[in-house]
Amino acid sequence: MATTTFPAVSVVQRRSLSRTLALYAKEAKYELINKTRIPVYALSTVAIPLMFYVLFGIVLGNASDRRDNATYMLATMGCFGTMAVALFGFGVSLAMERGQGWLQVKRASPMPVSAYFLAKLFAAVVFSTVIMLLLLSVGIAFGGVRLPFGTAAELVGILVAGSIPFSAMGLAIGYFAKPNSAPAVVNLIYLPMSFCSGLWIPLSVLPHGLRVLAAVLPPYHLSQLALNAVGMAPNPTPAWGHVEALLACTLLFLGLAAWGYRRDEGQLYG
Amino acid sequence: MSTAFLPADQVQLRDLSGASNAEMLRNAPALQSASVVRTRNLKKSYGEIVALHDLTLEIRRGELLALLGPNGAGKTTLVQVLLGMARPDSGSVSVLGVDPYGGQVQARLGAMLQVGRVPETLKVREHIDLFSSYYPNPLPLNETFQIAGLTEIKDRRYGELSGGQKQRVLFGIAICGNPDLLFLDEPTAGLDVEARRLMWTQIRILIERGKTVLLTTHYLNEADALADRILVLNKGAVVAEGTPTEIKARAMGKQIRCTSRLQIEEIRQIAGVLSVKADRNAFELQVNAAEPVVRELLQRDTWLADLEVTNAGLEEAFLALTQNHNADAKERN
Repeated sequence: MATTTFPAVSVVQRRSLSRTLALYAKEAKYELINKTRIPVYALSTVAIPLMFYVLFGIVLGNASDRRDNATYMLATMGCFGTMAVALFGFGVSLAMERGQGWLQVKRASPMPVSAYFLAKLFAAVVFSTVIMLLLLSVGIAFGGVRLPFGTAAELVGILVAGSIPFSAMGLAIGYFAKPNSAPAVVNLIYLPMSFCSGLWIPLSVLPHGLRVLAAVLPPYHLSQLALNAVGMAPNPTPAWGHVEALLACTLLFLGLAAWGYRRDEGQLYG
Repeated sequence: MSTAFLPADQVQLRDLSGASNAEMLRNAPALQSASVVRTRNLKKSYGEIVALHDLTLEIRRGELLALLGPNGAGKTTLVQVLLGMARPDSGSVSVLGVDPYGGQVQARLGAMLQVGRVPETLKVREHIDLFSSYYPNPLPLNETFQIAGLTEIKDRRYGELSGGQKQRVLFGIAICGNPDLLFLDEPTAGLDVEARRLMWTQIRILIERGKTVLLTTHYLNEADALADRILVLNKGAVVAEGTPTEIKARAMGKQIRCTSRLQIEEIRQIAGVLSVKADRNAFELQVNAAEPVVRELLQRDTWLADLEVTNAGLEEAFLALTQNHNADAKERN
């Protein structure tokens, strides 16, 4: 023991690349493990879109256009699912960890803040993928949905990529909502927004006023992209316009979040 | 087996830039023996609330400095400033030779903060594994478990742990990066006596290993048990400073109650009176030693009555210590 040479402990601040990658991977892994171990979260984010899909997309569809209805709802309920995952998984969990001091503990460590946010985005992507695959399986098995593999992959890809704008929205909510009220805030935002964007009932049967309103709602644009992919957009507009709209709201919410982040600096909790 | 957990002085430098702050700190003899943390005239307010008022302090290498003070004394704000999480309104701060704001120094710091809720579904091992990955040179996991007393509970989920065990996990999170300087913000808040003693044992391991520690606490006996030096903080300013023995001597006084015809000014002038509270002609005095004061009181006022001498409770005495400044000023008005 006495002859042990001390390991050359470096005080160099920089992490090696492999350590940095390992750090990001661990952050993502544990974020995902944490989420899957919370039954309420895992169940509600996965089960609710699935239940809605079975109800609106399969059970309540007319026998005549059963397949069309199931395909249409696959796109819109997928959008609903992606949105729920991002808003709850990102927004509510950030609001809680921020408000209850856990984020402070992490920020006192040398953790790069980007690792924390990317891990939450990663978890949202994984959960959305799971939801989409489940919806797709149910649609194929019980709704008569038939899509070429390429189309199905495109649909899943679009909706999973939709995690990005909604995670940005979750981020903004997470920086402004209080931990206890965050779930209520998210519900108050995303349920009416889903309805007004035509995710539950096609916009074509909704009043004209709502159709105008939908144009400014992000889920409307994501669902139009998804419907385009499966060839069911009511009036196929160029996809580019919807991508631009989603991009714009991503930037808007990131800006809001950045404001909240700055406002947080040096504020006291607990 | 614990060679990785070295005191800062024995750390071998391998700095390529050749001029890092850390190296400068080590090369300058005057600094080397002296301070790891230095603040000058720190001021920080949150809106109307003044959290830090002109705070100047120094933490020396290898010492455990206890920051003692009631709620709202500014302890947590100070820790946040030193960690680079809050920026002071004015004044200067240097931690390990650099300004902590800007995040350059975090890799060499460890912090145990007060936290409302920790993700409960992760296991102890997973929490420590994750935080270890944030640091360039963490301790081996097993060593962290050993020092923080987590070996037996490492496979349990955080949510299943008792209060004392939870605090030990946060302690593990603070030490796992093998930091040179540790901040322990009320590490024993809310713990029962046994869990508190256990935490003290763990903190002592850090001291033995030459770490520099800043401990904040409400409890005088905790500061007494662990600290080399105590700073008493109230309303964001240092009101007393000294070794535990010195601080205790100042705080472990007696309390005298009586009714008297004397004026409060006159009582305050008696040697050995720390503070006086008056309710019409009933007085309550905090004193160092009771006998000389009582003798003096009886001499000055033959009508003095209802005399009662008690040991000031530790907490009361401590309160008296922190309130002296303000109380004196107020009573004069």
